[in-house]
Amino acid sequence: MLKGELNTDLVWKQLAEVFDPEIPVLNIVDMGVVRDVQFVDEKCIVTITPTYSGCPAMKTIEEDIREVLEEKFISNYEIRTVLSPPWTTDWMTDDAREKLMQEGISPPQKGSADKSLLMGKVRDVKCPRCKSLNTKMISQFGSTACKSLYKCNDCSEPFDYFKCI
Amino acid sequence: MNQKLFEYVLRIADNALIYGQRLSEWCGHGPVLEEDIALANTSLDYIGQATNLLKYAAELEGKGRTEDDIAFLRDAWDFKNLLIVELPNNDYAYTIARQFFFAHWYLLFLEELQSSSNEFLKGFAEKSIKEIRYHVQHASDWMLRLGDGTEDSHARMQNAVNQLWEFTPEFFMMDELDQWAIAENIGVNCEGFKAQWRHNIESVITEATLVLPPDAWGQRGGRSGKHTEYLGLMLAEMQFLQRAYPGAKW
Repeated sequence: MLKGELNTDLVWKQLAEVFDPEIPVLNIVDMGVVRDVQFVDEKCIVTITPTYSGCPAMKTIEEDIREVLEEKFISNYEIRTVLSPPWTTDWMTDDAREKLMQEGISPPQKGSADKSLLMGKVRDVKCPRCKSLNTKMISQFGSTACKSLYKCNDCSEPFDYFKCI
Repeated sequence: MNQKLFEYVLRIADNALIYGQRLSEWCGHGPVLEEDIALANTSLDYIGQATNLLKYAAELEGKGRTEDDIAFLRDAWDFKNLLIVELPNNDYAYTIARQFFFAHWYLLFLEELQSSSNEFLKGFAEKSIKEIRYHVQHASDWMLRLGDGTEDSHARMQNAVNQLWEFTPEFFMMDELDQWAIAENIGVNCEGFKAQWRHNIESVITEATLVLPPDAWGQRGGRSGKHTEYLGLMLAEMQFLQRAYPGAKW
């Protein structure tokens, strides 16, 4: 039992070394992509979930997971992908939000936006540079599936906003 | 294998795959950069959803095929998508009007599918609906902007609505396979939300100063493998690599 627990800790630590190839400041644990780590009969089972159905980073993330596990001589493992429960930006840690802000990406607000989106409610999005809330959406779809494009009306800089799902 | 479930999953998957492929043709050709990115993102969502579904279909089938085999090595008559998703993109008004009709329908479809007794389809619907909400909003915004825009944009938008209208009744035609899926609590009775769909699109159409054409004959056949000439041409391009170089890997 003790051995098993130690192993799980080690795996979590290793997984925190895997970064999102499109947002290299965030690791997959901070992002909430890793859902579970378990040992079943000596076999390590890592369960992950995609942010978006078509997220092109998932393949790379899987390869990187293999690499960090094998680095610690864990060879008996399986990576499972699940869709349910669906990934939400609410799973992103505060630490991850802070890192995004520093990287110039406005982090998603807590409480997923699904409903307000349909009601057409406008959310306050903070400019990552001057912290102004006087910002404007340029396009719902940005440089990657998970981002929208915004512009700050005060400092005039365009920036990415990590949209809520 | 549960052949009926396999077929049912394939229908949902083919809508997503063929529509994703069609929309991806806008990549590099969008009218403005933001729209180019928006449609490429939308297309990616659909292709991702298709991948998830085809993986599951391949598992159900249990013959060792992969999602790629099912996507790239079937012929036109094996595809079970709605006709509307295979039609060419034409101009931007047409692309937007199609997205508007389809995404509004797909949103309601997924809403219902979230209570499927099939665990996979339930999870798939819960995941995908988050993406489709963004598509609905994007298409609705553009309906308003172009419909209630210049004389030219208004005329093109009305023309697109008129041309596409005959392809919308197929959304709600329920056949034997659908009846089976409904009885098993696996699938969705689309007839049940037809009025809701009409209400949702009509409120935007009216605000966009457009009108819906009168109901008439509806084109049909995609879901039983009878397609327009456009599908074959699209597949010729989409499947070329795997046909010419079987097993080629990225």
